[in-house]
Amino acid sequence: MTQTFQNQPVIAIAHLSHHFGSGDLRKQVLYDIHLTIQAGEIVIMTGPSGSGKTTLLTLMGALRSVQGGSLKFLGLELCGATNRQQVDVRRHIGYIFQAHNLHGSLTARQNVRMGLELHPQYSIAEMHDRAAHALDAVGLGDRIDYYPANLSGGQRQRVAIARALVSQPKLLLADEPTAALDRQSGRDVVTLMQRLAKEQGCTILLVTHDNRILDVADRIVEMEDGRLIRADAQTSAATGGIVDPHP
Amino acid sequence: MLKTLRRRTWLGWLQLSHEPSRLLVALAGIAFADVLMFMQLGFQASLFDSNTRIARSFNADVILVSPKAKNTQNLSTFSRRRIYQALDVPGVRNGIPLYSSILTWKNPQTRQDTLIQLVGFDPDDRAFALPDLNVQQDGLKLPDHVMFDRRSRGQYGEVLAAVDSGQIVTTEAEGRTLTITGLFSLGASFGTDGMLMASDQTFLQIFPRRNVGSISLGLLQLEPGADSDAIAAQLRTLLPNDVKVLTQAEFIAAEQNYWQRESPIGFIFTMGTAMAFIVGVVIVYQVLSTDVNAHLQEYATFKAMGYRHVYLLGVIFEEAVILAVLGFLPGFVLPIGLYHLAANATALPIAMTVHRAVVVFGLTLVMCLMSGAIATRRLQAADPADMF
Repeated sequence: MTQTFQNQPVIAIAHLSHHFGSGDLRKQVLYDIHLTIQAGEIVIMTGPSGSGKTTLLTLMGALRSVQGGSLKFLGLELCGATNRQQVDVRRHIGYIFQAHNLHGSLTARQNVRMGLELHPQYSIAEMHDRAAHALDAVGLGDRIDYYPANLSGGQRQRVAIARALVSQPKLLLADEPTAALDRQSGRDVVTLMQRLAKEQGCTILLVTHDNRILDVADRIVEMEDGRLIRADAQTSAATGGIVDPHP
Repeated sequence: MLKTLRRRTWLGWLQLSHEPSRLLVALAGIAFADVLMFMQLGFQASLFDSNTRIARSFNADVILVSPKAKNTQNLSTFSRRRIYQALDVPGVRNGIPLYSSILTWKNPQTRQDTLIQLVGFDPDDRAFALPDLNVQQDGLKLPDHVMFDRRSRGQYGEVLAAVDSGQIVTTEAEGRTLTITGLFSLGASFGTDGMLMASDQTFLQIFPRRNVGSISLGLLQLEPGADSDAIAAQLRTLLPNDVKVLTQAEFIAAEQNYWQRESPIGFIFTMGTAMAFIVGVVIVYQVLSTDVNAHLQEYATFKAMGYRHVYLLGVIFEEAVILAVLGFLPGFVLPIGLYHLAANATALPIAMTVHRAVVVFGLTLVMCLMSGAIATRRLQAADPADMF
């Protein structure tokens, strides 16, 4: 997985389908999804509630097992991946959730440090410094020893961004990161994500309802009833039916 | 491995210390369970201890006892001739016959009938290693004169004061008038509230149906340097099996074994300790499962970040160990004071021992780890796929 090729897509999805439940209650939630995301792209996924956006996101993040079709993260097939492989993949993906999900008993710096502890190449001192730098980069250099309870909603979401990006992941998955924020903080958070991801060469997939932030995207894809119904024509890679030619 | 551990954020400790009030409640609960365990085990040990006190005070190397004997209050009898036979064995220097029986006497202070253990022996022999008894035991040569255990359980305060001030205190037993000529110090036990010492002659007059030739115990004293185990083995082959030969250590062990196995003491206090243990498990489980529930969302996030399930198990067990250690500290200090109170109130020897502290600490650790193990079942709910 570490052998990243320049032109290899970060995410390559083909014929992906997914079901919930079993027996009579079995219900299909994703139908024959095709989607390719190139390195460095910022993709926004929109669509009404229940259209399967979050399910697709959790599949890409290796939080769920792929049932049918093919889903490749940096060339690694996740369909049939073991639990251990899934966990390994997660370590190369940053997540930002609707709720910040910071640990209330940890300071901002300790929270960010949790994102580094998984990567044994960092020494204790390095983790300490990098966590502080990451918080500096999101404009919280003067709040590094604050507990989440003493930070505003926007500040907490910025800590969450620092935590997601501190280990320099290849992919950042964000599920409605602005939903709990007011207009200005939401805007700031998205701009920050965009800037940092560009600096690190990180790919972003952002699920949102918030059409005030659509302009940060290189490409917008839309889902409805478990199908991808629009893949923005800015790039041609995702116009449907195109399977990754370099498995 | 060590490096991973050093890099690790001490999440369990940070979680616990972030909510001091919850931590204090948890520690109070564990300390409570520890105090209960210490008291139960302490009483149990003191009862065993007090019941072997008579056995330990015998001035003997090898002890002859009837095979029908159950404990030092219930000794049965055997023939005095066995002592004379034992004296034939080289290395046996002296043999002292001892008579023992439970006596109903009138408490000299309250004039109520009370049970007490009467022991008779020849006042010329040093049957007991009790200095305050030995210096006064010549006084037992007078008929119907007895010595009384000043640490007996019951209302004897005025009697002790009177005897100490040199007054003559008399009382009645079996239709005879007994005179208390002095006091010695041994201590009450579970089997008897106190002891009276008398000469063998006085004993036989109080119990006229007891034959001088049927004794309760034979205390054998050996030549200096003699091997009591070897001589006991030799006596076993020599003497018929109407008498049991025990070294003093074996006699003490047999006494303790009786109270442990055949009396309800062992069961009652083991049960009490088990109850305290279960109370502790429930308290710690409450604290840990509340803590897991409160952090379910954060744990799911950690899993989404790529932390494995075992990492979160580690957090819970870290909390369990911290609780065990911190809760044990007050749970260890408090019983020291309570032991002191209990010793004064019950006339039983009860004190903190290193061994018991280690045992209770081990139990506390097991208690917390068990609760932790149960609490980890809640962790299954921390599934990032269901959470987002």
